[in-house]
Amino acid sequence: MAETLTIGKALNAGLRRALETDPKVVIMGEDVGKLGGVFRITDGLQKDFGEERVIDTPLAESGIIGTAVGLALRGYRPVCEIQFDGFVYPAFDQIVSQVAKMHYRSQGKVRLPIVIRIPFGGGIGAVEHHSESPEAYFAHTAGLKVVSCSSPLDAYVMIQQAIASDDPIVFFEPKRRYYEKGEVDLDIDLATAYPLHASRVVRPGRDVTVLAYGPMVRTALDAATAAAEEGRELEVIDLRTLSPLDLDPVYESVRRTGRCVVVHEAPSNVGLGAEIAARVTEECFYSLEAPVLRVTGFDTPYPAARLEEEYLPDLDRVLDAVDRTFGW
Amino acid sequence: MAKGDVAGPLSGEPEYVQLLTPEGERVDHPEYTVDFTDEELRGFYRDLVIVRKLDTEATALQRQGELGIWASLLGQEAAQVGSGRALRPQDMAFPTYREHGVLYCRGIDPIMPLSLFRGVDLGGWDPKEFKTQMYTIVIGAQTLHATGYAMGIAKDGKVGGDDGEAVIVYFGDGASSQGDVNESFVWASVFNAPIVFFCQNNQYAISEPIERQTRVPLYRRAAGFGFPGVRVDGNDVLASYAVTRAALDAARHGQGPTLIEAYTYRMGPHTTTDDPTRYRIASEVEAWQARDPIARLRTYLEKQQIADETFFAEVADAAQREALRLRERVLNMPDPAPTAIFDHVYPNGSPLVDAERERFVAYLDSFEGSAH
Repeated sequence: MAETLTIGKALNAGLRRALETDPKVVIMGEDVGKLGGVFRITDGLQKDFGEERVIDTPLAESGIIGTAVGLALRGYRPVCEIQFDGFVYPAFDQIVSQVAKMHYRSQGKVRLPIVIRIPFGGGIGAVEHHSESPEAYFAHTAGLKVVSCSSPLDAYVMIQQAIASDDPIVFFEPKRRYYEKGEVDLDIDLATAYPLHASRVVRPGRDVTVLAYGPMVRTALDAATAAAEEGRELEVIDLRTLSPLDLDPVYESVRRTGRCVVVHEAPSNVGLGAEIAARVTEECFYSLEAPVLRVTGFDTPYPAARLEEEYLPDLDRVLDAVDRTFGW
Repeated sequence: MAKGDVAGPLSGEPEYVQLLTPEGERVDHPEYTVDFTDEELRGFYRDLVIVRKLDTEATALQRQGELGIWASLLGQEAAQVGSGRALRPQDMAFPTYREHGVLYCRGIDPIMPLSLFRGVDLGGWDPKEFKTQMYTIVIGAQTLHATGYAMGIAKDGKVGGDDGEAVIVYFGDGASSQGDVNESFVWASVFNAPIVFFCQNNQYAISEPIERQTRVPLYRRAAGFGFPGVRVDGNDVLASYAVTRAALDAARHGQGPTLIEAYTYRMGPHTTTDDPTRYRIASEVEAWQARDPIARLRTYLEKQQIADETFFAEVADAAQREALRLRERVLNMPDPAPTAIFDHVYPNGSPLVDAERERFVAYLDSFEGSAH
């Protein structure tokens, strides 16, 4: 049954199906119950699955993740919501020192199938701490897997795949795109669906490879449309999995195009773009016509909302970088 | 300040539950009337002696370079054996990194913590098999894990009867300042989780005395979170047992959490890297020596003629044999293979880790005669 859903509704439908499929799945977080979450991603779930399955927690992020660890040790599959990107830091120790390392510490005896959902990125005119892109912190930590969805279908499928996985997964949701619509096959078979830890070419092209994830996929696609009008074909790849990165399709693409631009909202310094640039350079050195360029947020704190349009990479900045790859 | 309000180590005789005085006199407590059989009493003595002996051996092994570091439990044997023996088989324990005595009571091979401190692995007994989670080194982090686990017990409907399950989580006076510990109190309280918070107040967080952590006795913190707190003489194995057993049984019957403050003293350094002479005076240590957990039980057993010289000699021999066996096994413990670095990073593996392993193996193989 295919339906047109927003990313937000698709996530809701995916969470609902996960709750139906596995009685051990529990959702926990601040305001996720009666309110349905501040973005309504868990809307109606507590009503239908009860307070034992959809838990309004006290307001302490370390407590959310720490008790999720305990529930996972007991055999549950907790799905934690961190209300906003900038609020995850109180839980940092629990995520990077406990969630990430317990399987390793136990020599494989302990599995923590925990999903940590984080709405991330800017563009919604919010106050401080509500628009950040902290994905590099988590991608840097061994033991965690990190993914980000960019379309309703991916949102629906990836959240279920993440919950079904025994790996601990940090799941970044593009909050400014929650209301974007797309077709979703609600009966899709997860086993045969596109894999969770795989990047995907979302628009083929022959001139420049543009890499993005989460909210920047839409920006990259818009840039590709604009570039096409000028006769330049951009190949857009949605990275989808940020740790581990799935770069084989990227290498294949760059060997064809010879040019690569990475786009993310997070600052450039020691960010995912730097890692990707290093790896692409190593693997595609003799194919590159230009250095790998990055289009990112600036290396400043996230600015006040009236400045965020300047801060965030947009279509023009992507096109500017594309132009610059032809300058070498 | 009323008697018992003084948090400091020796600045007043604290009020606590005590069933066996430092002089070896059995005393009654109105709320904790427990009868111990002679066999149980001899069992406690045996546990205390063996646990101390193994700990002493581990310290010696560290001094001889066989362990990287050791966190001694010296002085805290009664708190650990008393609480450890109070657990029922279905209960789950969450230790810090100093609960060697609890591990012993749970039937975990004493080699396990030593492999960690030798640096051979990062832990690694099976928490499910022994109903005891791995050591946690980050201070207080495990209190949240324990609380979540206890919430899971309640979700599973495993509270409300004698066969109900309960959780005990260990932490120290230093950890009581951590956010995680305070968050776990909130969670346990509002979700009425079947958990016992067992705080061994050994008076020091490395060098910092208890006065740097609190202005009120730690057990009173519980009142602010809405559950009972009790202070017990942590050098009294009988009281530690009785108080813990009662709190665990209350939890398994659905009565929610309890905070136990086991008032004790870390007789040795924080770890073998520490030098306690820089922050505490000898007379303080000597005063606590007079409250030794093992000496008082021995006095009682002798006076009551529950055990004789033959028994004490036999226990000493058994402890010596266990210590020697432990030493031999530590000395013969092989180092892990270099490629063990890459094992168990993820349940489902990772192409990144796989690729790094492959390159590292090729690198090792590039050396002539390599046999990694």
